Amino acid sequence: MDIFIYGIVNGMTFALMAVGFSFVYGISRLPNFAHGALYVVTGFITWSFINNTGLPYWLSVILSLLIVFLAGVAIYQFVMIRVRGMPISEIIVSFAIALAILEGLRLQGIGGFKGFIGPGYVLPRFIDGVVDTPWVTIDLQRLLIIVVGLFLMGFMWLFTHYHKIGLALRAMAQHERAALMLGINSDRMANIALGIGSALAGLAAIAIMPLGNINCESGYSVLTNAIAVCVIGGLGSWVGTILAALILGLGTTVMSAIGGTMWNNVLVFGLIILILIVRPSGLFGQQKELEERV
Amino acid sequence: MEGQKEAIIKVRNLSKSFGGVRALNHVSFDLLEGEVMGVIGPNGSGKTTLVNLITGFLKPDSGEVFFKQMKLTGLPPYQIADLGVTRTFQIVRPYLSLRAFKSLIVPLWSPRARRFASSRGGDRDAVAIDLLEEVGFERDAYVPYKFASALPLGYLKRLELARCLALRPEVIVCDEVFSGLSMSEIASMLPLIERLHMKGVTIIMIEHRLRELFRVADKLIVLDFGEKIAEGEPDQVMQDEKVKRAYLGEDIGL
Amino acid sequence: MNREERRKERLDRGIKARTEGLYAISSWREVGYLLAPRAGLIIGLLLLPLVVPGLYWQRVLGLAGVYAMLALSFDFLAGRVGLVCIGGAFMIGVGGYISGGLNYYLKLPVALTIPIGTFGGALLCTLLWLPCLPLRGIYFAVVTFMFPFLVSSIILAGGLLGSTEGLSPIAGFSNIWIGVYLIISLLLLAIFGLRRLCGEDIGVVFASVKDNDQAVLASGINITRVKIYALFLATSIGCFAGAFLTHFSGFAGISLFAVDFSIMPIAACIMGGPGTMAGPVLGAFILAPLSEFLRGFGQLRVVLYCLVLVAFILFKPEGLLSWVARKYHQIERWVKV
Repeated sequence: MDIFIYGIVNGMTFALMAVGFSFVYGISRLPNFAHGALYVVTGFITWSFINNTGLPYWLSVILSLLIVFLAGVAIYQFVMIRVRGMPISEIIVSFAIALAILEGLRLQGIGGFKGFIGPGYVLPRFIDGVVDTPWVTIDLQRLLIIVVGLFLMGFMWLFTHYHKIGLALRAMAQHERAALMLGINSDRMANIALGIGSALAGLAAIAIMPLGNINCESGYSVLTNAIAVCVIGGLGSWVGTILAALILGLGTTVMSAIGGTMWNNVLVFGLIILILIVRPSGLFGQQKELEERV
Repeated sequence: MEGQKEAIIKVRNLSKSFGGVRALNHVSFDLLEGEVMGVIGPNGSGKTTLVNLITGFLKPDSGEVFFKQMKLTGLPPYQIADLGVTRTFQIVRPYLSLRAFKSLIVPLWSPRARRFASSRGGDRDAVAIDLLEEVGFERDAYVPYKFASALPLGYLKRLELARCLALRPEVIVCDEVFSGLSMSEIASMLPLIERLHMKGVTIIMIEHRLRELFRVADKLIVLDFGEKIAEGEPDQVMQDEKVKRAYLGEDIGL
Repeated sequence: MNREERRKERLDRGIKARTEGLYAISSWREVGYLLAPRAGLIIGLLLLPLVVPGLYWQRVLGLAGVYAMLALSFDFLAGRVGLVCIGGAFMIGVGGYISGGLNYYLKLPVALTIPIGTFGGALLCTLLWLPCLPLRGIYFAVVTFMFPFLVSSIILAGGLLGSTEGLSPIAGFSNIWIGVYLIISLLLLAIFGLRRLCGEDIGVVFASVKDNDQAVLASGINITRVKIYALFLATSIGCFAGAFLTHFSGFAGISLFAVDFSIMPIAACIMGGPGTMAGPVLGAFILAPLSEFLRGFGQLRVVLYCLVLVAFILFKPEGLLSWVARKYHQIERWVKV
């Protein structure tokens, strides 16, 4: 039973990681491979605010989310905008930026910058304490993740269905040409989308990182997990995202219990490849055109 | 008349829906060898879907297509082309990086073309140039050597036909081969179609340009909202009340 | 108005009688003009191992050769056939492990392990990637990218094939120069061979698959089969590089599946001139030694690569080779109007 609960928590973790990526790709068709890097960067920026400048938790969080939002916008405005429409170039460019950021954070000795290496960087938990349930003792931070995850999904759903900007973004996702004709500025929308996506990545970081520590390697695994959720669940479907996240969460928890954490990766990669081959648009995907055309 | 000819193409109860939209609804017809059949109907009546279903680019929800007793439904498009049932594309997208005659190397490289290999042996380039000349590319003006992307639409449509001819087809399904062409371009393409007809090739022509179509068609079928509403010789079909109503508002211009 | 205006004037240098890709040669001097840059690059490459100082840099050359092979394979698939395959690491790993494994476990000699690693590996890679072929461009790229991760995590989790320590020692070449010249000569052979192939009829079919695969289908050709041919060719090159690497370095381990091998060839390709096949090789031979130079700067070099890559994609997507070729054929200068 505790496996089940931890599985759900893990699933929500996957979902949180994926929301930002799925949002940007589903809305502007931009594969933002810098997602993982932005996740890690938010962690470090928040940590720096808290530890180096002594700002209160709340302020640090808000400030760093703002910074990451702007970073996302900057990435689109200065880089992605020029390779818009060439998917391979978009992937390469955003991944290159991700690499530059992640490896850059590991730099040492340039102008006294010491680089973020080692296990010492921890984000404070939002809530301390534990809850005793009949089956298992679970800490509040983990529960918080579930709450935040659900809240975020609900919020994003409402946003894209009722708010003007959200609707504009959905319009763009469904039919860019028509949206353009209705006066929706494609570039500005993509800017906003990428900003929001980055902020979502940051939010995920704030919620999840307190469970462990901040390190650069997680940048890659977050990206992989986000891709896994999007591929398995399919794009354009929040249901699919949640379901895929739960599958992955439960799956990895079970895997760890049975065979040890080594096999987690095998599961994740194996599922990605399997779904891509068998059902490229994902379990609940809306884009049937991803199947072969004939 | 000659003895009862077996139909070379038999379409039985072909149906296809996209989401909630019924594109084709139980369409059936027979086509005899060497006939030229026109398929007409207002926009959205399912004509291109019919082409895609016959030539394997789409799978029908129900119904079957037979070519000389062989079932075509379910076969991939390259196999259907290999059997001799070819098609042109309504929106012509030439191979951008290739010259016109090189574009023909592709069908000439196919297994079917190789089975019919001419005495020229391995020199596909020469065969390609000959083929282009046959469809009206002036050899002396070096038109075949131009990049396909630089050719005007009239030539591109002929290139499509040449692509089919390279496969020594028994059936050609022309998807709006006259669309986008000027009157003179069409006038110069009609003799080509007639020549093919005389050679015995069975042709299905999806068309909007009725006046030109009637010059070559032996019989017509009319589609409207995915249903076949009329079939027969051009004159009698155009008198049909249902057909007139389907085209209501449109000047048929006979 | 007393304003001076300037415009850029482009003069053709060298051969005047020419059109897209065809030259009318009328003298030996013109033959020289055409051959010189090409001969220069080839001879330069062949002489490189001789002028390079020391064993360390010979090793770097060998590594550059490996990257060059990967870049070539990537460029061929992406530029000529339209298949974007980011699975370089998978090819290196498969070729490397087969070759290294055969040598380590069965003690087969290098002369046998390399061909078996090359073609056996190509067979394996092609078979495994076969179900991925119908996928659209970007998804094919992502899937091929994931394969090396999957296999390396299987190897680690299952503790197979030497797991984290890898297999060693593995027989090497009796003389390092044999190794370096082996890969360089095969590289040149591959470039020539592939370019020649693309000029043949099947090369035309490749180009057509890239441009408009529906039309190819309608021409009676099974495009999956065509893609398989191309894939087998490209994976042979990639797996050879892997097989070569294990013997060159005397070691076969998880590092063969490193993401470097998937990313670097793309960077080399974009920098060197995508589509030209010689360009990516040039790119590899620039990037690999460069990355060695920068080793002292630690992680900074990765940052630099990435920034350079981004800069090239954004501002000079035609790549170095095409740019140099353009400059060679035309002189640009400002002229008063």
